[in-house]
Amino acid sequence: MTPLANRRELAWGAGILLSLAALALLPLATRRDDVLNFVFLILLSITLAESWNMLAGYVGQVNLGHAAFFGLGALVARTLWSLGTPIFLAMLAGAAAAAVFALPIGAAAFRLRGAYFAVGTLALGEILRTNVLPEISTLPTADIGTYRLSHRYYLALALASLSVVMAGWLGASRAGLGMRAIREDEDAAEASGVGALWLKLFALVLSTGLAGLAGGLFAFYHISYYPSHAFSPTWTFDALLMTFIGGVGTVHGPVLGAVVYVTLKEYLAVRWVDFHLVIFGGIFIAIVLLLPGGLVQAGARARRLIHRF
Amino acid sequence: MSALAQQIVLGILIGGLYGLAAAGLSLVFGVLKVLNVAHGELIMLGGYAAFWAVALLGMDPFGSLVLVVPLSLLAGVVLYGALFGFVVRANEETREKNSLLIGFGLALVLHALAVRLWTADERSIVTPYGGAVITVAGLSIPVVRLLSLVIAFAVIGGLQLLLTHWRWGKAIRATAEDWQAALLTGIDVRRAYLLAFAMGTGLAGTAGVLVSVGYSVSPSIGLEWTLKALIVVVLAGLGSMIGTFVGGILLGVAEALSAAAFGGPYREVVGLVIFVVVLCARPRGLFGR
Repeated sequence: MTPLANRRELAWGAGILLSLAALALLPLATRRDDVLNFVFLILLSITLAESWNMLAGYVGQVNLGHAAFFGLGALVARTLWSLGTPIFLAMLAGAAAAAVFALPIGAAAFRLRGAYFAVGTLALGEILRTNVLPEISTLPTADIGTYRLSHRYYLALALASLSVVMAGWLGASRAGLGMRAIREDEDAAEASGVGALWLKLFALVLSTGLAGLAGGLFAFYHISYYPSHAFSPTWTFDALLMTFIGGVGTVHGPVLGAVVYVTLKEYLAVRWVDFHLVIFGGIFIAIVLLLPGGLVQAGARARRLIHRF
Repeated sequence: MSALAQQIVLGILIGGLYGLAAAGLSLVFGVLKVLNVAHGELIMLGGYAAFWAVALLGMDPFGSLVLVVPLSLLAGVVLYGALFGFVVRANEETREKNSLLIGFGLALVLHALAVRLWTADERSIVTPYGGAVITVAGLSIPVVRLLSLVIAFAVIGGLQLLLTHWRWGKAIRATAEDWQAALLTGIDVRRAYLLAFAMGTGLAGTAGVLVSVGYSVSPSIGLEWTLKALIVVVLAGLGSMIGTFVGGILLGVAEALSAAAFGGPYREVVGLVIFVVVLCARPRGLFGR
């Protein structure tokens, strides 16, 4: 990566953090719950997308069972929280549980090249989905009375900021440099003294831990929900799609992707209940084939095309 | 004891279908280096095609194979032309990653479309002979599932013959071995890719018909079947279709045993355990030869 691109990344990161800081004033400016809920959804999605991007974008490992880690975080956090644990501790426990579940798959699959990790995570996601308790989880009536949307909103804002800072730090750090070297050519990276296995595991722990935190936030947000819903493969799909729409392997790509995706999805879901998946699936395939850099590279791609004529 | 033996028999019967499902995936992955995680969705579509053939055209469920197999071959040609033909132009590592992503997207699209077309309800094909059972040594064997196993075995055997004796079958194997060398000896590699992909889809369609006859289809079975197929491929490796079939039966039996030991919900877990254990025990990689 050239220094210029790095500076641009930095500017993007700073801009995003400033916007997030400005969003902290939103609950003071409006009392409309629908606006806050909508921004909450975007913030949750930013966290989820950045967490997937940390592994896929930086190390080049495709996680097809990301929902498993989101769901585990939600399940553990919700259970501990309803038993009386403070929500911060409960969410941390959820994140730890997600990372611990990821390690055996990573340790087994990362020593090999190729699709093993994707297959392993796909299997883990599917198995946890079919085995989780299907009962609905509802807060006790006493808690519903004290439910404050703004608490959830600020927590989401903090998590989204954390994910952007983490992604930016990782991108600029020595570890992040090693990760990108692995992504480009693992043999060459190993030959230059990069410990590929450890860096991959490190990225895996960060990625799944962050997904677990996002799951915990999801569990904290909902008054009642089906725990199995947090394990649904659509969470994985959302993370993939947002990251690819925005631009995989960048700090600002997933943020941009989350904003575009959530906005479009809310708009489409009003018109066609389930059909938006067909449309987004098509968009996703088109992006992978035709615009692998995502929206953040669309401008450069368009300029190059124009120059050709 | 006889309950356990009965479970094992049922495990063998469904294991044959796992093998058939895995054969298509294995063929496509071995030849194109494209891992199509929408393979299970193609099986699901095959199942619904058989369901329609029976419900709308009044065909015999096994007879619907004459209609569904050509249709799924055609679907394979279309999918290759529209999507996977672009993927194979990249180098092998990008090819694998892109195929995973595209397969995942395709799986969600097909799932959403199936929910729209056929609703999320489970459906199965009811035949006059569907309830028939053969009893051997106190074990009951459902006739329909036995017939499915026989058909699956026959298809796998036929495929093995095609790959070893047919001119293009040999070309496909040569391409799988080393596509550059195959190209140098004058093999039309693109054509071999297309043929292998279409055959893989045809196998998925066949598996789908057998699944809908002996078991049931719903839009959500796709991912389950993809997973079974992937685990069998990891277990059995690439290259031998008969080996894949045996691997499928092994998975079926392992699932039956773990369900008997730990209870029904845990039958799915054994596949993941097999996956991790195989990776740790044979880190050279079973996807390789």
